[in-house]
Amino acid sequence: MRMTWQSSMNPLRTAGWLAVAGVLVFGDNAWAEDAASTLDSGDTAWILVSSAVVLLMTPALALFYAGMARSKNVLGTMMHSFFLMGLISVQWAVIGYTMAFGSDIGSFVGGLDFAFLAGVGGEPNPDLSETIPHSAFMAFQMMFAIITTALISGGFAERMRFSAFVIFSFLWATLVYAPVCHWVWGGGWIGNMGALDFAGGTVVHINSGVAALACAIVIGPRLGYPKEPMVPHNLTLTVLGAGLLWFGWFGFNAGSALASDGAAANAFVATHLAAATATLTWCLAEYVARGKASVLGAASGAVAGLVAITPGAGFVGPMSAIVIGAVVGPLCYYAVGLKQSLGYDDSLDAFGVHGVGGTWGALATGIFASAAVGGTDGLLYGNPGQMWPQIVSIVATASYSFAMTFVLLKIVDAVVGLRVADQDEITGLDLSQHGEVGYNL
Amino acid sequence: MKKVDAIIKPFKLDEVKESLSAIGIQGITVTEVKGFGRQKGHTELYRGAEYVVDFLPKVKLEIIVKDDLVASVVAAIEKSAKTGRIGDGKIFVQSIDEVVRIRTSERGDQAI
Repeated sequence: MRMTWQSSMNPLRTAGWLAVAGVLVFGDNAWAEDAASTLDSGDTAWILVSSAVVLLMTPALALFYAGMARSKNVLGTMMHSFFLMGLISVQWAVIGYTMAFGSDIGSFVGGLDFAFLAGVGGEPNPDLSETIPHSAFMAFQMMFAIITTALISGGFAERMRFSAFVIFSFLWATLVYAPVCHWVWGGGWIGNMGALDFAGGTVVHINSGVAALACAIVIGPRLGYPKEPMVPHNLTLTVLGAGLLWFGWFGFNAGSALASDGAAANAFVATHLAAATATLTWCLAEYVARGKASVLGAASGAVAGLVAITPGAGFVGPMSAIVIGAVVGPLCYYAVGLKQSLGYDDSLDAFGVHGVGGTWGALATGIFASAAVGGTDGLLYGNPGQMWPQIVSIVATASYSFAMTFVLLKIVDAVVGLRVADQDEITGLDLSQHGEVGYNL
Repeated sequence: MKKVDAIIKPFKLDEVKESLSAIGIQGITVTEVKGFGRQKGHTELYRGAEYVVDFLPKVKLEIIVKDDLVASVVAAIEKSAKTGRIGDGKIFVQSIDEVVRIRTSERGDQAI
């Protein structure tokens, strides 16, 4: 019997009623007829709220990234996130969802059972979740697909042709995100191997981070990089974006419990503590290295912490979350510095934060997982064997993402050309790609 | 007629404006500029990437002055814009061929 909610929790109760109303609209009255329905209004309410909150992460990412770009590219950078709220939503409904969560084909990809959302209604799909409508599960996953694809834009910021961006994003979401999602969460081989990924350390962060690296390498650096200073034009946007990302991540991680319960609460707390600690340690690393803690560092640290805890949020305890956050701060701080010595222009540090942070998170999950929290023990709790599936999941995701992204980029380059013309890059994306100016002051 | 250009530190603008007003100057044009002389710039730091910013914000004043007032204008600016530290700026004086008041078509000293 689910626990009853206290009457003081009005917003959740309202959401719960809205969820019930939604179910009655979506489902063909199966809920009303089927007395033995396993739907839980608390779970459903939480998943719907989480879905909305994860969607908010994409415009938050738009702010986070755009503030770090130059002012002539502020709109173009935001477009790289905002447009995908349209594109990937439709793609997900039509083909992406089914390729991720349809019936398994060779442990590699899902079948076409749910193409065009056939069979995805108000009734739960017991393979995925018994207590929430299938539609809610699909919507929740949709928001992950959107933001993962949007994250890649950090690697090609300020120089990608918009038509190439649209085509590439569609292909990537279909041929890279959906299969990897299937491998880990949709009944594919990585999940079957026992790899732990609560909310997307591999599916979202390593996947997009490595893809961003591939983009940075294939597309090449921005004109004038690294000699010309390319200073963030408005870090106030970045800090606002980081704050909203932190907020949204509660839906991202705690929502991945797919239930309104203790697991979600644990994930919530772990998420928050990792972010908090990483904020502190990134600032500390800066202070030690350069004598000053910066606002960009604090914001980046928070995001790195959130990335790192993503795969383990439902598997590790709060003190482990603090350790995970503590490590990722300096780790990602140094990782973003690598690009200068290795010579690639990962403009907004998508690889440095998401790729590297996600890798640490996936390993850390294998180290700190505790059966008391999420049912599986990791290295520190006497199960060193957990490291193996974690490592495999990291290597497999990274290799596949890099290779496929590389191929897709080459194809799109041949069809429309990846980069804007030099003169357009100098003018800026806002004017050259969108005919707009961000600031008419 | 002379044109006096003065590049000064931005926070000194009010003081300079007051001291010019006190000697009867009734019109100034002010532009925000950036530049450097012997004063070094500053370093900005973003995620470990260091940027040396050579250019410093300054304010440029342009004043058209009758010949007999030039010396007191230059002295007034010098005194009120000075901090004694590097970066105080410079004053340039040039000759002006013609001045016209658009509203009334007055020319020469009367148009100043």
